[in-house]
Amino acid sequence: MTIAVIDYGMGNLHSVAKALEHVTHENVVVTRDPRRILGATRLVLPGQGAIRDCLGELERTELRGLVEELLANQEKPLLGICVGQQMLLERSEENGGVDCLGFLGGEVKRFPADMRDDLGQRLKVPHMGWNLVHQHRRHPLWEGIDQDEHFYFVHSYYVAASDEACVYGTTDYGRVQAHVAIGRDATFAVQFHPEKSSRAGLRLLENFVQWTP
Amino acid sequence: MGLAKRIIPCLDVDAGRVVKGVNFIGIRDAGDPVEIAQGYNQQGADEITFLDITASHEDRGTTVEMVERIAGEVFIPLTVGGGIRTCDDIRTMLNAGADKVSINTAAVTNPEFVREAAERFGSQCIVVAIDAKKVSAEGEPERWEIFTHGGRRPTGLDAVEWAKKMVEYGAGELLLTSMDRDGTKAGFDLGVTHAIAEAVSVPVIASGGVGNLDHLVEGVVKGGADAVLAASIFHFGEYTIPEAKRYMAERGIEMRL
Repeated sequence: MTIAVIDYGMGNLHSVAKALEHVTHENVVVTRDPRRILGATRLVLPGQGAIRDCLGELERTELRGLVEELLANQEKPLLGICVGQQMLLERSEENGGVDCLGFLGGEVKRFPADMRDDLGQRLKVPHMGWNLVHQHRRHPLWEGIDQDEHFYFVHSYYVAASDEACVYGTTDYGRVQAHVAIGRDATFAVQFHPEKSSRAGLRLLENFVQWTP
Repeated sequence: MGLAKRIIPCLDVDAGRVVKGVNFIGIRDAGDPVEIAQGYNQQGADEITFLDITASHEDRGTTVEMVERIAGEVFIPLTVGGGIRTCDDIRTMLNAGADKVSINTAAVTNPEFVREAAERFGSQCIVVAIDAKKVSAEGEPERWEIFTHGGRRPTGLDAVEWAKKMVEYGAGELLLTSMDRDGTKAGFDLGVTHAIAEAVSVPVIASGGVGNLDHLVEGVVKGGADAVLAASIFHFGEYTIPEAKRYMAERGIEMRL
């Protein structure tokens, strides 16, 4: 039993791996070796920074084809985190418009710059800090996590999925309702950082490790 | 209901040890950064910031080891500041498990460093620390300037303009310290906090001068800060993080309780 954190050069892999090691005795590897990725029982697709850079690095490390194949087959559980969630959509507004992996319908949009809160203060972009995640529908990865629990976010772009059936969690920021947890079959992907979300985040990772879709 | 305002305890570390100690309940070793970080995580701190004041370059390796140990045990965002001067410094800290680094003097001496760092690592992990001091006289419109070297050396840079420039260069967050208030326990300088929070699109952390819980409330409500950073009021057990959070929440501020 091995959990592979896919290392294509973008993202805080150390944190994800450490958090997984904290919740499981299974072997956790951070790797870009296609054989080790194919040999793993579960996969984590992280991502941080600009989406064009992330997709560019995925291509440069020759992992894009492999990731697309894994997504097409849906044979083993995959958890996308942050830009690892965003890249599953069809398209992102970031970097002047970027085509993504297209595993799920919908696009990635930028938060409007002009939003204000109830006190009249500017709502900042990036959306950074702890916000509430509303569980839109049940999923094994929500097991033991309270409805409307806080998770840690850092992002300027958000997912707007076109198929409501793929939406598992939403978060409100200003007038935007972001689809912060999406999934289909053996894939689940979140905008927030479970590896930085203290107890609730660790529980989600533990659920992922035990998930048999 | 929405994004919570953050409370960030700040620890000064020297050669891998917390200086000035921390003596809240349950801590055996007042200087052990891992134990202290765990304590704050259990209390519900939203992030932890480490300010590395290690003087000698050779000893800075111990700070890296410290970050590694903490990142393996404490799963909330960690920021490391102090002595971050090169992209290699940033890479070392991020690889050790830090989520963000805070750049202070190096941003003033070489603003291009901020741009390079943000392009290389992403704005989400680049915090620019701004040390501001009021320079306007009584009765004049308020003005603040950037100071370095612990508030001793003026730079002539206008604080609000500097904040805007740093965001333009790619800072993902600003850590604003009022050098007039730091260590005074008289409360944040709300004027500069509000001026910068309104001027920039990124989150602003208010720092410098916290003496009681009303100061934290003011920082958010009047200053418009997205997060508040404090050291002594938490370290010496005057207030706990849950107390502070409840106090702020009772006054209508969105908090993660």
